[in-house]
Amino acid sequence: MCLAIPMKVVEIEGERATVELEGIRRVIGLALLEGVEIGDHLLIHAGFAIQRLDEEAALETLEIFRQLKNAL
Amino acid sequence: MPCKKTSFRDSGLAGELLARIERDAPSETIQIMEVCGTHTMAIFRHGIKRLLPPSIRLISGPGCPVCVTPISYVDRAIALSSLPDTVIVTFGDLLRVPGSYSSLEQENAKRADVRSVYSPLDALELARCFPEKKVIFLGVGFETTTPTVAAAILSARSQNLKNFKVLAANKVIPPPMRALISGGEVRLDGLLCPGHVSAIIGSDAYAFLAEEFGIPCVVAGFEPLEILGAISFLLSQKKEGVARIDNLYRRFVKADGNPKARAVVSEVFEPADAEWRGLGFIPGSGLEIRPEFEEFDASLIEVEVPKSREPFGCRCGEVLRGMLEPRECPLFGKACTEERPVGACMVSSEGSCAAAFRYGN
Repeated sequence: MCLAIPMKVVEIEGERATVELEGIRRVIGLALLEGVEIGDHLLIHAGFAIQRLDEEAALETLEIFRQLKNAL
Repeated sequence: MPCKKTSFRDSGLAGELLARIERDAPSETIQIMEVCGTHTMAIFRHGIKRLLPPSIRLISGPGCPVCVTPISYVDRAIALSSLPDTVIVTFGDLLRVPGSYSSLEQENAKRADVRSVYSPLDALELARCFPEKKVIFLGVGFETTTPTVAAAILSARSQNLKNFKVLAANKVIPPPMRALISGGEVRLDGLLCPGHVSAIIGSDAYAFLAEEFGIPCVVAGFEPLEILGAISFLLSQKKEGVARIDNLYRRFVKADGNPKARAVVSEVFEPADAEWRGLGFIPGSGLEIRPEFEEFDASLIEVEVPKSREPFGCRCGEVLRGMLEPRECPLFGKACTEERPVGACMVSSEGSCAAAFRYGN
C-alpha cells in the first residue's frame, strides 16, 4: 500500500501540480510538501507529493555501492 | 533524471554485492526482518531469497496495512455499507478481505455501493458529486498514507463537504516493532526498515531499535541493489559488533522525514491504542480523528455490527509476527489461494502469503 512513484513536475497551480512519468500525466496535491518547483522529481503516493528526490543523495548511494565493489 | 531506476538494477553490481554478502555471511543462521509489505513483494519479485546464502533468513513483518487491519474493522465497514444512501470508498486491496461473514466485494455484488479509488481526493470528489449521500472513506494505512487522508479531511472542511466521512484505522509502525522485539517470540539480528514510511517519519525514528535493543537497522528503497546493499550493510554492522541506522534511501528519506506531512496528520489525528491482526492491542499504535473534526468521523455513525470471528484455520497472525512462513500454514495453496483467499495476507498485493503464492520461493 505504501507504493510510491517518482514523477516530474511540469505545471503548478496553487495547491495542485501536474506531474509526468513516461508520457503519463496526473494532477496531484501539494498540501504535504513545502517549496515544490517545476522540474522537481517528486515521490507521489495516493494522489499527493510526499517527498522530493535528492539527486545528489541518489548518486552518492550508487557511488557507495561501486566502492563496496572495489573494496571486495 | 541522472539516477534512473535502472541504475539500481545493475546486474553487475548486484553480483558484486552478492559476493560480498557470501563473504560476510555468518556460519550460524541469522534472521533479518523486512518490516514493510512493499519490501516483501520486491524481495519475492526479484527472487532475492533464492540468491542469498542459506544462513541468511529473510522474514516478513507486520508492515502490510491491509493484513494487520482487524476483522472487526472489515465487519464495521460492511455494516456501514448496508445503511441507506451510503457509498463506501476504499483502496482496492481492502475490497476482497474476508470479514466474519462477507467481504465488501460480495456486498457490492449484492446491493451495497462500494467503490475503489487511487486517492482519498477521489473520495472527496465523490462526496462533492453526490451531496445527498454519505461518502465513507476507509482510512487504512501507515505513516505514508495517513497524511493523504488528513489532507483530504482538511480539504473537506474547507469545502464544507459534511457528507465526507472517514472510518479511520490508520496505524504507526514504530510501536509494533517495539512490541515484536520486546515480545521475544522472534529473534531478530537485523531490520530492513521501510522506505516510504521513512520518507515521512525519517530515519531517526528507528534510533530506539539500535540504542535500546542493539539491533542493526538499514533504511532502503525497493530496487534489487538497494535490498542487497541493505543486507550487506546489516552483515557489516553485525561483523563490526555495532548497531546503528544506515540510510541507503537518502534520495527520498531524510533524517527528520517530512515535517510538513506530519504536521498535517497531527492537526487532524491524535494517537490512540489500536488493534492489530495477529499482534493484539498495541498502546499508541493507532490514530483517531480529533474531536474538532468529529463531523468527518465515521466511527461515530451508529450501526449494528455482528460479533466478529476469525476465519477457521487461518494463521495470518503468526505470519505477521514472523513466526510462520506462508508455506507452513496448512491452508496455503489449498483452501487459501489468490483466487479464493481465506486470510488478509493472501488478499493484499503486499501480503507475504500473496507474494509467496504468486512468485513461489
